[in-house]
Amino acid sequence: MATQHSRSAARLMMAPAVILLLGWMLVPLTMTLFFSFKKYLPLRGGDLGWVGFDNYIRFVTSSAFWPSVLATLIIVGGVLLITVCFGVLLAILLDQPMWGQGIVRILVIAPFFVMPTVTALVWKNMFMDPVNGLLAHLWKAFGLTPVEWLSQASLVSIVIIVSWQWLPFATLILLTAIQSLDSEQMEAAEMDGAPPLARFGFITLPHLSRAITIVVLIQTIFLLSIFAEIFVTTQGSFGTRTLTYLIYQRVLESQNVGLGSAGGIYAVILANIIALFLMRIVGKNLD
Amino acid sequence: MARAVTTQRKIINTAAAWAVGLLIFFPILWTVLTSFKTEATAIADPPVFLFFDWTFENYKVVTERSDYARFLWNSIFIAGGSTLLGILVAVPAAWSMAFVPSRRTKDILLWMLSTKMLPAVGVLYPIYLLFIKMGLLDSRLGLTLVLMLINLPIIIWMLYTYFREIPGEILEAARMDGATLRSEILFVLIPLAVPGIASTLLLNFILAWNEAFWTLNLTAAKAAPLTAFIASYSSPEGLFYAKLSAASTMAIAPILILGWFSQKQLVRGLTFGAVK
Repeated sequence: MATQHSRSAARLMMAPAVILLLGWMLVPLTMTLFFSFKKYLPLRGGDLGWVGFDNYIRFVTSSAFWPSVLATLIIVGGVLLITVCFGVLLAILLDQPMWGQGIVRILVIAPFFVMPTVTALVWKNMFMDPVNGLLAHLWKAFGLTPVEWLSQASLVSIVIIVSWQWLPFATLILLTAIQSLDSEQMEAAEMDGAPPLARFGFITLPHLSRAITIVVLIQTIFLLSIFAEIFVTTQGSFGTRTLTYLIYQRVLESQNVGLGSAGGIYAVILANIIALFLMRIVGKNLD
Repeated sequence: MARAVTTQRKIINTAAAWAVGLLIFFPILWTVLTSFKTEATAIADPPVFLFFDWTFENYKVVTERSDYARFLWNSIFIAGGSTLLGILVAVPAAWSMAFVPSRRTKDILLWMLSTKMLPAVGVLYPIYLLFIKMGLLDSRLGLTLVLMLINLPIIIWMLYTYFREIPGEILEAARMDGATLRSEILFVLIPLAVPGIASTLLLNFILAWNEAFWTLNLTAAKAAPLTAFIASYSSPEGLFYAKLSAASTMAIAPILILGWFSQKQLVRGLTFGAVK
């Protein structure tokens, strides 16, 4: 039983973590909010005064804004589609009885542990290079002209690279969910003569719906902020400038801190909307 | 009851799964193979897979680069330091939430998790500015602190779930016997939770090792870890496939090995317990 004494001890022991996280959240966010209402150009005059919502309006009306929204949507949407679809298929496949299941699982999960800069660089040079890349050799072997992946099909390339990174995550979570499926239910359906596709549609998929929702939410939050994959490959050129990358360029490259901060606030709001849904699911599980 | 499966089905499953598994693993395999080739073999047309003269030359060249040891040490320092610091802050917090829960515990926990969702780019400039003002830019200490803070929610969360599996009665018994709070945590809780703490350490070490936003933006020459070292190969003059592969292999090999041990913790740590 918790006593009065242990309650106050508990509060004391929680304090460092709470204070650190509160500071980590509030201090920089307040500063971003502060800068977002200023014309602030550190290299060209510094603080040039308050401008109200000017930065917020200029951020969304700049010619770079809508293309960056589109790039973000294509990358996040494309990666989600690929990882969830293939993740479900892979999870079902890995759940089947086979030889060497453990090793196959290791092979499939491995890409998740590769650091993003390595992933980006290996794909960029050793696979997608139009002269020496492996894909170029493959294309030539079929008598086709090699594709200049990162310039001609830049968004597709980024989607491929990021999907390779995140497919293991989706697969692993969906596999964990599939393994909790009651096998008796499946057997009963099988004995009643339900064809495989019906068993998938009426038993497996509904059972997985929660896990899929969680994969989608968590991945969306992380995918919205991918950075190294673009930094190393295209540096935001060829239509791959996502919202995150646009804000990064505004803040650090062109040092227009006011404008970038307004963009940052948009990003924070967007992430919070998604986080709200995720936290609701997590919260339900806590009780 | 296990379902009876015909041998034929099992052979098909095995073949399909291995084919897919090897396809997904192939980029890593190819990188490792290329790291043992000469630069000329690495870009040979048509590409060679296994039958080439294996050489360790690339590893020698990369590790003899004057600064390689520093990048490696920075990675170890930053990933290890941020994880240990995080555990130090998280153990007391997780203890409170797991064993002395109050009405607000759940809200605090959810709030902590939600700070993990804060987009880094939204606070990039303030952190950058604070780092300049405090002289932390391009320092191992600064990066260690930032990585500790971004992973703290996951550390607390994981420890909390592990602590909850430990019966509170054991801790109470220790308390009845007159153990102080400190010895209760140090000598009763922590030994019981060693497996949980170990997996938490492992997963967070991996996450910190691979972190590639703050490590790229807050470091220059002095404190840059392996993520930045690899990124430096993206400049045209650094374009040597075999050496790039050797550097990459060295940067990912330790984490791949650790990662294989942490598969289960990955699900637990990254879905915040929403998938079991």
